[in-house]
Amino acid sequence: MDIKRLIMVAVGGQGNLLASKVLGEAALICKVPVRMSEIHGMAQRGGVVESAIVFGDASSPIISDGEADLLLGFEPSETLRALNRCNKETTVITNLAPLPPFTVSIGRGVYPEMDTIQALIKERTGSLIAFDAMELAIKAGSPMSTNIVLVGALIQTGILPLTRESVEQAIKTRTKPAFVDMNLAAFNLGFEAAAGAA
Amino acid sequence: MHKLLQNAPDQEIMLLGNESLARGAVEAGLAFATTYPGTPSSELSLNLFQISQETDLYFEYSTNEKVALEVAAAAANSGLRTMCIMKHVGLNVAADPLMTLAYVGVKGGLVILTADDPSMFSSQNEQDNRYYGKFAGLPVLEPSSVAEAKDMAKAAFELSETLQEPVILRTTTRINHSSAFVTLGDIKERNTKGEFIKDPMSFVTVPAVSRKLHVKLLENLDKAQAISNRSEHNILTGTGRFGVICNGVSFLYAEDAVKDLGIEDKVKILRIGFSNPMPDQMIEAFLKDCDKVLVIEEGEPFMEEAVRSIAQDAGISVSIKGKGDNLFSRLYEFDPAMVKRVMASYFEIEYQAKEPVDTSNLPEIPQRPPNLCSGCSHRATFYEVKEAAKALDMDTICPSDIGCYTLGFLPPLSTGDFVLCMGASVSSSCGFAKATDKKVISFIGDSTFFHSGMTGLANAVFNNHNFTLVILDNGITAMTGHQPNPGVDMSLFNLEGYNRISIENVVKALGVEHVTVVKPFKVKKSVEAIKEALAFEGVSVIISKEPCALHAKGLKLLKPRAFTVTDRCKNHRDCINEIACPSFFLEDDKVRIDATTCVGCALCAQICPENAIVPLKK
Repeated sequence: MDIKRLIMVAVGGQGNLLASKVLGEAALICKVPVRMSEIHGMAQRGGVVESAIVFGDASSPIISDGEADLLLGFEPSETLRALNRCNKETTVITNLAPLPPFTVSIGRGVYPEMDTIQALIKERTGSLIAFDAMELAIKAGSPMSTNIVLVGALIQTGILPLTRESVEQAIKTRTKPAFVDMNLAAFNLGFEAAAGAA
Repeated sequence: MHKLLQNAPDQEIMLLGNESLARGAVEAGLAFATTYPGTPSSELSLNLFQISQETDLYFEYSTNEKVALEVAAAAANSGLRTMCIMKHVGLNVAADPLMTLAYVGVKGGLVILTADDPSMFSSQNEQDNRYYGKFAGLPVLEPSSVAEAKDMAKAAFELSETLQEPVILRTTTRINHSSAFVTLGDIKERNTKGEFIKDPMSFVTVPAVSRKLHVKLLENLDKAQAISNRSEHNILTGTGRFGVICNGVSFLYAEDAVKDLGIEDKVKILRIGFSNPMPDQMIEAFLKDCDKVLVIEEGEPFMEEAVRSIAQDAGISVSIKGKGDNLFSRLYEFDPAMVKRVMASYFEIEYQAKEPVDTSNLPEIPQRPPNLCSGCSHRATFYEVKEAAKALDMDTICPSDIGCYTLGFLPPLSTGDFVLCMGASVSSSCGFAKATDKKVISFIGDSTFFHSGMTGLANAVFNNHNFTLVILDNGITAMTGHQPNPGVDMSLFNLEGYNRISIENVVKALGVEHVTVVKPFKVKKSVEAIKEALAFEGVSVIISKEPCALHAKGLKLLKPRAFTVTDRCKNHRDCINEIACPSFFLEDDKVRIDATTCVGCALCAQICPENAIVPLKK
């Protein structure tokens, strides 16, 4: 089975661990071997959370610089920061809604221009899918579903060996019952956004 | 029912490494568990804590790792299957009982889980705890994957009972914090009824007894070596004249490297899962069959040196490399591409690495350092201590300790000049106060105070040192994910049958004459009280008492009530420059407060010179 390597970067609290869980469950449904690794620790104190997910017949649970087939960024400046994980063929998906680091909020750093971020990623990698996932999440019912919007876009690319149905099934079993409908709507909006962006 | 208790043999579920370890212990019939929380081991303890609330498994958060191991040693010598869980540096604290417990041994299986942290994702050093096995003379097992972690945890209990010795189960962050599918096994029935059979000539370690026990330990090590030599945890795979000897996660990287480099027919791998004592005969046979050997292990050259020694003993002259230039480092964790690169270069295999994109000319991306949370009471206390010292024109040295508040060393709070290990804030204050003429003010959290701050404070009072200790009492062990400690109100967890110790009473009982309890969100009052404490000659203690905002929010004990900046603001920016709460941001060059994250601690409102910050009207 082809090996596909996915890096997800987010800011603590954006729900990328739940996104990992959903993808892991979908892999179980599709009978795809999967290994995941995450660095949390002080994440809930505003730091960066990174998850590595390796699908297919590989043993390693982590991904070296340059070896990601997919980079999914929950926050544009974090997507840019993780660019060393990509090679010239990597597909990058990024949310365009910024969460400026505190250093920027208090005027001790400059947040890069959104156009610059997109141009820099585009010229260095295989392809870029960029949209405001937060806006779609709000449309689906809550900004909390941004993570699932992004999972929708991820699945639309067809790069991962996961079916749309398996992910929808995983959303039903792995997210809170009260939010399942919202999350399914969020997934669909993300899927469509990626189809439109490609 | 807790997901790790389900009796569903052969079912595959996705588990975190720490959950897999917990399940392995449950399957082995674990009856007794003790811990002091520490990343990356914390979720293992948390799962056992939850399981203990549903079953007759006994679990406790002990005050420190030494205590945890001593409690565990008694349970195991009463015949119960016992686990003692800690992070790598915790074993330093528990080293005293460990060294002699190895002499005494155990009756019921005792597994000591030590979670090492190569790369120091959340630790103060990256020590390699395999040496504790060698040091104490205890068997060491090391899993390579999440699934194996469960099976090895289970096997560790059997091994411990076979040898009648504690077994060290050593993991690294990449095992503890990775997830994968794990196939569940049968759950062995738990025996929770222990019996201690008195035998002073085996249990009372006076010199005459210990001299005999040391002989027994060495005999046990020989037995362990024989087991290691035929252990299913030492796995030989592949064929070829190039040899790889590896352990832990390095095995996974080596497997992928062999596949990616297409050298399956050239390389054989000896994966060492039973790493102390090393399987000498197995290694000797392996070396004889190789033209060149590469040892792949994170951390220190523990196996490499052993392999060289075995080769020397057997008169084998094959080239054995591991650490060194163009080889592997003793620093940080490894990654798959690194292992591939070194393997290709050492075995002279053609390899074109996937090139990471050029990031040399990216614009500077603003850093996102971890920060104290919005509404964190530590921020208020640090600010107040600084104000008090400023008012008294004191030049200070501020030793700090291990916890969220270590982050106080970052600007603008910039409070934290010396951090060593748990409890060292108090003891190092004694040294700084004597060795320099600066005013010493140290900081320690409630859990760390109970862990190892009390003995330092007794030392300070006895030796009549001169400093101020600030105890940041947020009523929980916050950094590792809100675990209980002796100062915690356990009714918050809806748990009965615990007592609660007052830090104030402890401090007074230790003989501290100047003790003040402050509410840190009352700024003026707190600054005045701190000034008095700083002016006191001798040991003074400030207890700054306020629940952890994150924890209180989670328990719905704190209802956030956001503040806002009004037009009265004249842009002094004391708020941003002095306390830098993450709820602040700038908009059109004006300070604003993010109402979704502000919890309403009102610290900024109290320091604003224009009184421009007020509660937001709903």
